[in-house]
Amino acid sequence: MTTLPPLPQKKLGLVIDLDTCVGCHACVIACKGWNTQSQPSPLSDQDPYGADPTGTFLNRVHGFEVQPPEGPAQLVHFPRSCLHCDDAPCVTVCPTGASWKRAEDGIVLVNEADCIGCGLCAWACPYGAREMDMAEGVMKKCTLCVDRIDNPHLPEEDRLPACVRTCPSQARHFGDLNDPDSAVSLLVAERGGVDLMPEQGTAPVNKYLPPRPRDAAPDDVDVLAPYLDVVAEEPRGLLGWIDRTLARI
Amino acid sequence: MKDQPDPDTAPRISDEIRKTTCYMCACRCGIDVHLKDGVPVYIDGNRDHPVNRGVLCAKGAAGLKQVLSPARLRAPLRRTGPRGSGEFEEISWDEALDLAVSWLKPLRETAPEKFAFFTGRDQSQSFTGWWAQMYGTPNYAAHGGFCSVNMAAAGIYTLGGSFWEFGAPDWDHARLLLLFGVAEDHDSNPLKLGLGRLKARGAKVVGINPVRSGYNAIADDWLGITPGTDGLLVLALVHELLRAGRIDLEFLARFTNAPVILDCDPKSPDYGLALRDEEGRAQVVDRRTGRLAPWDGEGVEPQLTGQIRRAGLSHRSVMHHIADRYMDPAYAPEKVAERCGLAPGQIRRLAADLARAAFDDPVVLDQPWTDFRGHRHATMVGRPVAVHAMRGISAHSNGFQTCRAIHLLQSLLGAVETPGSMRFKPPYPKPASAHPRPAFRSRPGQPLEGPHLGFPQGPEDLALHPDGSAARIDRAFTWENPLSAHGLMHMVIANAAEGDPYRLDTLMLYMANMAWNSAMNTQGTIDMLTAQDEDGGYVIPHIICADAYSSEMVAYADLVLPDTTYLERHDCISLLDRPISDPDAAADAIRWPVIAPDRDVRPFQSVLLDLGARLGLPGMVDAEGQPTYADYADYIQMHERRPGIGPLAGFRLGDKGLQDGRGLPNAAQIDSYIAAGGFHEMPVPPEAAYFKPWNRAWADWAVDKGLAEAPGFDLVQLWCEPLRRFQRAAEGHGPHQPPDSLRGRIRTTFDPLPVWYPPLSDAFEDPAEFPVHAITQRPMAMYHSWGGQNAWLRQIHGQNPLYLPTLWWNRLNLAPGDWVRVISSHAEITVPAEHMAALNPDTVWTWNAIGKRKGAWALDPAAPEATRGFLLNHLIPERLSGAGGWSNSDPVTGQAAWFDLRVRLEKSAPPDQAQPTFPPLRSPVPPP
Repeated sequence: MTTLPPLPQKKLGLVIDLDTCVGCHACVIACKGWNTQSQPSPLSDQDPYGADPTGTFLNRVHGFEVQPPEGPAQLVHFPRSCLHCDDAPCVTVCPTGASWKRAEDGIVLVNEADCIGCGLCAWACPYGAREMDMAEGVMKKCTLCVDRIDNPHLPEEDRLPACVRTCPSQARHFGDLNDPDSAVSLLVAERGGVDLMPEQGTAPVNKYLPPRPRDAAPDDVDVLAPYLDVVAEEPRGLLGWIDRTLARI
Repeated sequence: MKDQPDPDTAPRISDEIRKTTCYMCACRCGIDVHLKDGVPVYIDGNRDHPVNRGVLCAKGAAGLKQVLSPARLRAPLRRTGPRGSGEFEEISWDEALDLAVSWLKPLRETAPEKFAFFTGRDQSQSFTGWWAQMYGTPNYAAHGGFCSVNMAAAGIYTLGGSFWEFGAPDWDHARLLLLFGVAEDHDSNPLKLGLGRLKARGAKVVGINPVRSGYNAIADDWLGITPGTDGLLVLALVHELLRAGRIDLEFLARFTNAPVILDCDPKSPDYGLALRDEEGRAQVVDRRTGRLAPWDGEGVEPQLTGQIRRAGLSHRSVMHHIADRYMDPAYAPEKVAERCGLAPGQIRRLAADLARAAFDDPVVLDQPWTDFRGHRHATMVGRPVAVHAMRGISAHSNGFQTCRAIHLLQSLLGAVETPGSMRFKPPYPKPASAHPRPAFRSRPGQPLEGPHLGFPQGPEDLALHPDGSAARIDRAFTWENPLSAHGLMHMVIANAAEGDPYRLDTLMLYMANMAWNSAMNTQGTIDMLTAQDEDGGYVIPHIICADAYSSEMVAYADLVLPDTTYLERHDCISLLDRPISDPDAAADAIRWPVIAPDRDVRPFQSVLLDLGARLGLPGMVDAEGQPTYADYADYIQMHERRPGIGPLAGFRLGDKGLQDGRGLPNAAQIDSYIAAGGFHEMPVPPEAAYFKPWNRAWADWAVDKGLAEAPGFDLVQLWCEPLRRFQRAAEGHGPHQPPDSLRGRIRTTFDPLPVWYPPLSDAFEDPAEFPVHAITQRPMAMYHSWGGQNAWLRQIHGQNPLYLPTLWWNRLNLAPGDWVRVISSHAEITVPAEHMAALNPDTVWTWNAIGKRKGAWALDPAAPEATRGFLLNHLIPERLSGAGGWSNSDPVTGQAAWFDLRVRLEKSAPPDQAQPTFPPLRSPVPPP
């Protein structure tokens, strides 16, 4: 078993806007591309041109349909990656200490040299956020691009996770969720950001912004936004109205 | 904690970044290719680039896998087995080019029209078109005929610019965005960036689409419209706005042809055309005098409701006709809602939302400007309603008129080129009247007199021989499809196989998968490609295919010219064809070889120049017969289309050094582009940024930068005179007459005002027998067939179920894992089914181009793309049954009407794989 460090002063994490995510998978491939060449071993692919291609991805996007009681069904795109929980069960379950939570900012990482590929952490994670790399036999997971965010070889503006940098609809945000004045904390406050599956007691750092309400019912006429008033019912009436109106301009 | 691990958080992932342009779709984003020891290791977006501002989609980020693909061709190929077998031998480039010359040279000297050159994902159309023009064949086009010509043609004939790809919403100021039929593509990253910006400031997005995926999933309101009825919805909105008087009278009077006076004398040859003065200028009633005046006269104040009496007849303005047409109760929401699959209240509500967004809080920019009549405006007043529309409108046989209806709606709202609305990207606006007419008269040994593709203004511009027969193999610019401004690539193989209008000798295709996912009636197309005449020769004797990958089409070529990938080539994304401009800047870009190819492949454009030189084509050889250009890079820098105007507008040579737009060729131009990050921008001055079609500052700037040779203005053509000229001919007037079989169709579909009619195939396919609409969408992470070989992307979209709405899922009593037979009037397929609730109740859909033929693309024959993936293409006929062989296309533009497809569904016992199946191709490249 591995122990968690004291709660960090800084809690780096992602804020993912489900109102804006179009499900394009850009973040999935940017993550795959970056981590394939930046980590000690690539994110492997098995049978990439074959009958059953599978591979290691640290971030995946799912689509779920929601059927409200009234109105049309909705489709929510849901990006899923490690939430860097305060009470990360994947860390405490690790028998070798390979899983660890960085004391300075709370990022949950795997020390591949110590990982024996037992898979306990994947069982412990309620979010399915860890993936066993079948080529390396070690557990891989989102690092919040720890090799970007502090990397002096990158321009300062690029020191953020690859998924955030690439997101075309700007649905992904990165920052310190322990700082109430950070941009991400303000966004969470303004938009009512939520924890994913809080009942699991993992205290995730990442937050999701829920979709805004959609699809007012067709006959739900707002007193502030009523249907249009009619000025003319037939062509001659409209043309006369136009002339009268233009005469006033 | 001191004992925590210390991972390397500062790896050097690359030692060099080379900035070039993506080629994974038509967005043409800027990319940073990170190289380590000369090997590309990572691609991300170029932060400075005007298209993508640093972001990049899944396709772009997976670009390395395109370069590393096992499907890449390795050397030129000559067919050795029967066509379609996939049996080839690798040959040298000299052998390949000699073979091509042996076919093309005698043809050019005898019958150049028997050579046809059509291109698919070509991003060098101003070059490939010029090459075909120099060869002298009338038979050239790119793939616009089955992509988006309805949007382009309707936009250019109406507004002088189009949604895709020469327009964009005003993301900075729009408060309401309507998305019509926009799937997950075109204009992918700019749209996503824009949607994010709208969302960030709380603007409203309304999606109008049978399928609620992608952008429609994040729309605040979704109208799950029945396919092919968007035009009816739009005209109902027009009806509501007119009845409410919620229209922009000043915009209509000043900037549209609503005040133009029409000849209302039924006996006049010009009945329904504008009254004109001796100089041919359309007339309006000037409010200042009450008399006729030219539309563009200095200081003229057009009267919107003008009319004059002459010889006992009233000649009325277009606005009268608009009121007559659209005030008709037939367009009332109650009358159209059921057909559209909507509730009347949804239409009323949308009309009210549009009116409020447009008029209750206009955008006012503190920017004076002067219009073409010399009227000085103190501010720029705009209507913050933006519209974007694409494939769901385009791919129907009523798509041209539906797109025109949308432009009418925008114009009534004053939401064209005004702040907050739709804006044009330079070099647009450019009205149809300023475009060339199609050139088609071929003469042995001579170049064509002009470019192939143009914008006919009337029947006299059709590409017909004196005997009335079609000049072009695709029958573009004939009475069947008079305004086919992008050609009809989808009909080339079918027409050539039938020898109607004539036989071809050699067909050359570039980056087009016509033997699979780019054809309607795929099985039939395969049969046509392999059809033999009585002598045992192929009906299409020679097929040349240029592609980088082992596509299904490659197997049907006699000669394969292997292309490089996008990281190994020069390209120019040019203002002469499809640049990367945004509304605030004219911009172009390059690709350059950031790596060298590792095999015997050559960039196709350089191969074309080599071939052109070997054929002695004008412009490609000098007086001594030596090649004019060393390669495509040399052409990009040194070619002049007009004096001072070349493929790239930046870093041209002037008297005082480098200059923009106009200037002499610069042999170091590409180096300058590379140093600048791969692109170049010419910012539009603030006074020219809006109201461009009518703005003197814009016109002057466009001339200064070489986008135009003289200032030009035009009104929004709400009443479209070219349409009326064809309609008038169909009424029996004038020297150019359509065949009688087409008169009725032209009278109906060439209405000079936007009109809705049901998809043409509904007349031949009983909606009761085929009650379900079937369409495709392109996934955001995949583009055409190219993505299917990509090791990363195929893990996202490796198969494509047919998505069924709840109504049909329940009616067929389906459960997860079930299969369905999908039956059209033409063919049937059996495919895996999945339930999706967020659908129009009578529409099924699937992702396009996922299904692959066994043996193609170097995939395992057991790959899910080849066993469970499928194409809807099999179900779509290329000709309308029982309609005299007319193509299954929009009758105005020839746009392939592949979204008109109707089917019926039956539950099926699960077959061992998706049906139909095809014999495996023998792969011309080794397995991975």
